[in-house]
Amino acid sequence: MKPEDTSPITIEEVRRIAGLAHLALSPEETERMTRELRSILAYVRQLEAIDVTGIPPTAHVQLERMPQRPDEVHESLPHDLALAEAPRVAQDGFAVPAFVDEG
Amino acid sequence: MSAADAAILDWSIPDLARLVRAGDVSAEEVARLSLARIEQQNGRLGAFLTVQAEQTIDAARELDERRARGERLGPLAGVPIGIKDALCLEGAPATAGSKILTRAARAGEADLNPARGWHPPYDATVVARLRAAGALFPGKCNMDEFAMGSSTENSAFGPAKNPWDPTRTPGGSSGGSAVAVASGMTPGSLGSDTGGSIRQPAAFTGTVGIKPTYGRVSRYGLIAFASSLDQVGPFAADVRGAARILGVIAGRDPHDATSLDAPVTDYEEACGRDVAGLRIGIPEEYFAAGIDRAVEASVRAAVRGLEGQGCTVRPVSLPHTSAAVATYYVLATAECSSNLARFDGVRFGLRVDPKKDLRALYEATRGAGFGREVKRRIMLGTYVLSAGYYEAYYLRAQRVRTLIRRDFDEAFREVDVIATPVSPVVAFRLGEKIEDPLAMYLADIDTLPASLAGLPALSVPCAPVVASGSTTPLPVGLQLIGPALEEARLCALAHAWEQISPARGLRPRLDA
Repeated sequence: MKPEDTSPITIEEVRRIAGLAHLALSPEETERMTRELRSILAYVRQLEAIDVTGIPPTAHVQLERMPQRPDEVHESLPHDLALAEAPRVAQDGFAVPAFVDEG
Repeated sequence: MSAADAAILDWSIPDLARLVRAGDVSAEEVARLSLARIEQQNGRLGAFLTVQAEQTIDAARELDERRARGERLGPLAGVPIGIKDALCLEGAPATAGSKILTRAARAGEADLNPARGWHPPYDATVVARLRAAGALFPGKCNMDEFAMGSSTENSAFGPAKNPWDPTRTPGGSSGGSAVAVASGMTPGSLGSDTGGSIRQPAAFTGTVGIKPTYGRVSRYGLIAFASSLDQVGPFAADVRGAARILGVIAGRDPHDATSLDAPVTDYEEACGRDVAGLRIGIPEEYFAAGIDRAVEASVRAAVRGLEGQGCTVRPVSLPHTSAAVATYYVLATAECSSNLARFDGVRFGLRVDPKKDLRALYEATRGAGFGREVKRRIMLGTYVLSAGYYEAYYLRAQRVRTLIRRDFDEAFREVDVIATPVSPVVAFRLGEKIEDPLAMYLADIDTLPASLAGLPALSVPCAPVVASGSTTPLPVGLQLIGPALEEARLCALAHAWEQISPARGLRPRLDA
């Protein structure tokens, strides 16, 4: 799908994206977000006017300079320090609500 | 404190460190002066989120004792340095300006309190290096939440204010770090720059700010926003001071795979070097419609000043400049949507549990913990990465990023440094742009291209201007952009300009 084939982002899409992003948005937030994303995306679409045929993407600017390191095991954060700031700890681990895999 | 004593804080960093090392001034005295000025000014300016008074005094005393025992102290001995709250400083809370990195309040406590922030279990590499060099850390500096913003108004704990005119923003996202230096609370500070978050607040507050080459400085212990763009860098009142800090924090760090192992040049030694013969390129794209004419005049006057120092000036073209805002706000938001997934109410910070299931815990915690701008960017980033839009937005923006890099590659065949404004406008008023996110993004146009290309760039003050609707002269920044790893060249040129800049020695008036 190309952006020019799409109508402006809809409130249903905003709800779907909020689900993907794990964000609870109030109805007012969802409406405001829809308006703001529309205006930002309309601006971003100026990128369509640029010819990028044959241009490779840049994911990282210094890849050619990046040194490799030996694959060695190092000390990591001690267990108690890793748990020290957890809002809830249970059985010496991070506590989460019970969940079942719906997949 | 007497005016004469307080003036110690206005000394340049190399002078201050020299006097502490020689024992002419004690580190404890400097620490107390810095803490006193924070106490006196912070309520008005909002530069610091938390202050670590006791630890600072203790660390200063330890330095003085070591000196008394005959130890030679480091290059930042006794120099108070403000640390942006996105950086980990052991023993102090780190919130990155966000409610989500604070614990929920107990009954009877104020809901929002940065002192209840997450306690990092280690120092960021940059902090550890400053510590080893003898620096003191009086506090953590205010910032836009997760470094997303250009005014520090997106801080969950209230905005920082510009000491030149407190009805105006100090810029952002490292606004607190800039204000700390501009008002002399600390002679230096650290910020982070993803799309201009060091340079723009430096310009708005009349300080010097350096964004190093991507990979020059370790990001270990910096709370990530956009990992392909984030860099840590210094603020100081002058170029030498910023160069001294950069020299301490730069260099390879095994904890950051993207840090480069290129040798660290002596940035401070470059200050004072003859700049005659350097070729300066002026990209007319940066002086296009939308620039405040007074800002343009100030920047062009600075370029003429450098011409007078024997530099040659010629036009260069960076034709994809106008695409930088759109490119950046696709790539940076995509990266942030991924980086900020870690804030989920399980391992640190805020937890809002509706007692339903894991998804409900995530959604409620993030919905309550993130502010408006952060939610907007997570949403935009998730959208451009989602099925059906990835190629059209994200991949296309990555290709345009290549074009922007190539523009610079071409230009640097002809010139040694590129000179531009840091921002098309002077410090805007609090509230002026906060309701219009796109207008706020567009104000970043002059700093984004160098970020996307990973190039070093700095801001150095040029002649202040009286903007329309104001009676007070406000600072303007000259941006110098160099080829990768040419920070020393930028320092040399910025220092040469600083010696003849009308902004030299100007400080905002501090009300008691």
